Amino acid sequence: MIPRRIVSIFLPFFAMERWQKTAERANAAPPDDVPIVLATEGPHGPVIYAANRAARMAGINIGARVVDMRALCPDLHVEYADVAGDTAAINKLVLWARRWCPWTVADGPDGLVLDTTGSDHLFGGEAAMLVEMETRLSLLGLTAQLAVAPTWGAAWGLARYGKTRSICTLDQLDAQLAPMPATALRLDSETLLLLRRLGLKTIGALADIPRLSLTRRFVRAKLSGNPVLRLDQATGTLAEPVSSLDAPPRFQAQSCLAEPVQDPTPHLPDLCDKLCNALAQAGFGCRRLHLVVYRTDGEISRVDVATSTPSRDAPHLARLFDDKLERINPGFGFDLITLTASAVEKIDKVQPRLDGSADENLHLSRLIDRLTARFGARSVTRPVLKESHIPERAEVRLSALTKAQTEPVQTANPRPIRLLEPPEEVQVLYAVPEGPPAQFVWRRQAHRVTRYGGPERIAPEWWRDRPSTRLRDYFRIEDQNGRRFWMYREGLHDDGRGGDPRWFVHGLFS
Amino acid sequence: MGFFVQCLPYTSVSHQPLSRNRRVSPVRQANVLSDMFPATATDAGVIGFILSHIPASAGPILWVQDRLSRKETGCPYLPGLGARRQILNVDLSRPADVLWAMEDGLRCKGMSAVIGEVWGDPPTLNFTATKRLAMRAEQGRVPCWLIRRAASPDLSAARNRWRVASLPSSPHPDDPHAPGNPRWRVDLFRSRLSRPGEWVATYDPAADRVDFSAFLRDGALAEDGRKGKCRAAG
Repeated sequence: MIPRRIVSIFLPFFAMERWQKTAERANAAPPDDVPIVLATEGPHGPVIYAANRAARMAGINIGARVVDMRALCPDLHVEYADVAGDTAAINKLVLWARRWCPWTVADGPDGLVLDTTGSDHLFGGEAAMLVEMETRLSLLGLTAQLAVAPTWGAAWGLARYGKTRSICTLDQLDAQLAPMPATALRLDSETLLLLRRLGLKTIGALADIPRLSLTRRFVRAKLSGNPVLRLDQATGTLAEPVSSLDAPPRFQAQSCLAEPVQDPTPHLPDLCDKLCNALAQAGFGCRRLHLVVYRTDGEISRVDVATSTPSRDAPHLARLFDDKLERINPGFGFDLITLTASAVEKIDKVQPRLDGSADENLHLSRLIDRLTARFGARSVTRPVLKESHIPERAEVRLSALTKAQTEPVQTANPRPIRLLEPPEEVQVLYAVPEGPPAQFVWRRQAHRVTRYGGPERIAPEWWRDRPSTRLRDYFRIEDQNGRRFWMYREGLHDDGRGGDPRWFVHGLFS
Repeated sequence: MGFFVQCLPYTSVSHQPLSRNRRVSPVRQANVLSDMFPATATDAGVIGFILSHIPASAGPILWVQDRLSRKETGCPYLPGLGARRQILNVDLSRPADVLWAMEDGLRCKGMSAVIGEVWGDPPTLNFTATKRLAMRAEQGRVPCWLIRRAASPDLSAARNRWRVASLPSSPHPDDPHAPGNPRWRVDLFRSRLSRPGEWVATYDPAADRVDFSAFLRDGALAEDGRKGKCRAAG
């Protein structure tokens, strides 16, 4: 059997470099000498997740609290880390790394593992391949440390703690592993602490212990805390294959035309049919469709549509393009049309009802698709309740294309049926300082208050609002004609946050 | 869950029900197009009256608004409408688009209602447009409510045409100063399905039911025949 050759790529500053790259793209990158850290929420306030070079030189430690590090470095610039975005970026990088070999997987939040067995000769040997990898990654703006070894465990350790671009063959494996620190074994921090207390500082020292006694000591430990198993993985006694994930399939239909045409409409049903057949065979449905026309003068122009649930119904998809094809600028005509499905999702074949009646959810999602395709995603929304006492924050509107997650929110107090956005200021006659309104003028009409309910006091959300935000006292008001309003007085007379309180009409009751 | 409708004669002097009360609804509300004319443009009573006809546990409601309605009378507010309701808001600018979206929504089987709001008298909202909506509503068996604010009741194919105005609310059970359950004067001035009439509707949000009682002008009892064709709904 051919021994495996595993490349481990360690990206030590991945999160920071990705942030830097994003900032550069937005032309908002700060100069290099400004210490910047990325922070995540910890149990006692934000902790440092990543730091740039200037911050590391200033003595910033990863994992320390931001407030402590501010004491070290007062002009520290703190940004919030996008951990989910980093994971997504690593997953994309995994697919990008398939240029070197077909088996690639992500290795934690800051590393990749490639099984390059038999593919290094394509790049002129392993040394040249590692140089090529490092160059390519540095062109992406990423610092990389690489190593190639017969096992995943050994490559992991060598990439992080070994020489630059170290190459380890099967017969050198024990010799190269022996001087490495015990941290190179992918163990958790508790086990590392234990090993340090036992005086086992290197892998060699650990390997010299009789195996029986080590096994007895760690018999109940899990893999991440078990030095015996980790040692076996590093030396190749315990197999650890690279099981790479499949890339998401790509669906595209195209029609090459004999001569340039101006109107793609007659070709659209065919393209949709082709695409939907391919989707149906693979068991997928698409959420986004892109129609691209390639013009004879070299320009391309495109139209995008989206669906709320994955779909592979050709007439429905074709209908979504109805009014949009007019927006294509055909120029002197185009001779190639492609229809690409991006954001595909698996859908199962389900039997419709036995009585032949239509599925209501399907109807609804198609209605949302049609409305969104015609009026835009911003016009078709779905209100969702949020936990907030501030009325305008208690409801948020999500695009109807997104799946709404419903959280049970209790609303005990009566709320109006319509909300005016923004609240309209009114002139009010009321008993100073905190009495209910007696009369008010709204939209140049005087309303006499006959009955009122309240007040209901809603304090500002201090964790979101500015310190000068005033509290609100809400009243349910009924005027002489029986119309019911929801009004509030903003602030108190002596709260020191501005002058006299102001009154607003915020909603209408039924 | 249906709603119950009770017919109680109502006098402005006393709240004692008379002996003629019947547990019946004065109006047949099937899956048809109804025109709603609020007494004043910003009156929200009409919305409460419409929602009292739609059970809270029913399917989603398509709510289409044009720009002026949204600016002048605000947006539907989910905490007030009932947290369990599913609403699909469509905010448009032109009345023609509102009619298009409503018609498309009426084709959808899962809808519990389609509510549209049009401000003023746009030329696109003519007899033909309302006829299309009415036929689509009856074909798809989805009730359709067209709220016409600041509009004149011109020619229309709507099966029921209502005028709704807010009335002073019923007394609050705990607090004599506070407004209680909402009360509206509803005037069915044209209908193909039942006899036109004028009622006072009291909505009880806790029980999700509407009580209709005859509307009396100047304290005189309305003719008995007014409440003629009454039947239970729900």
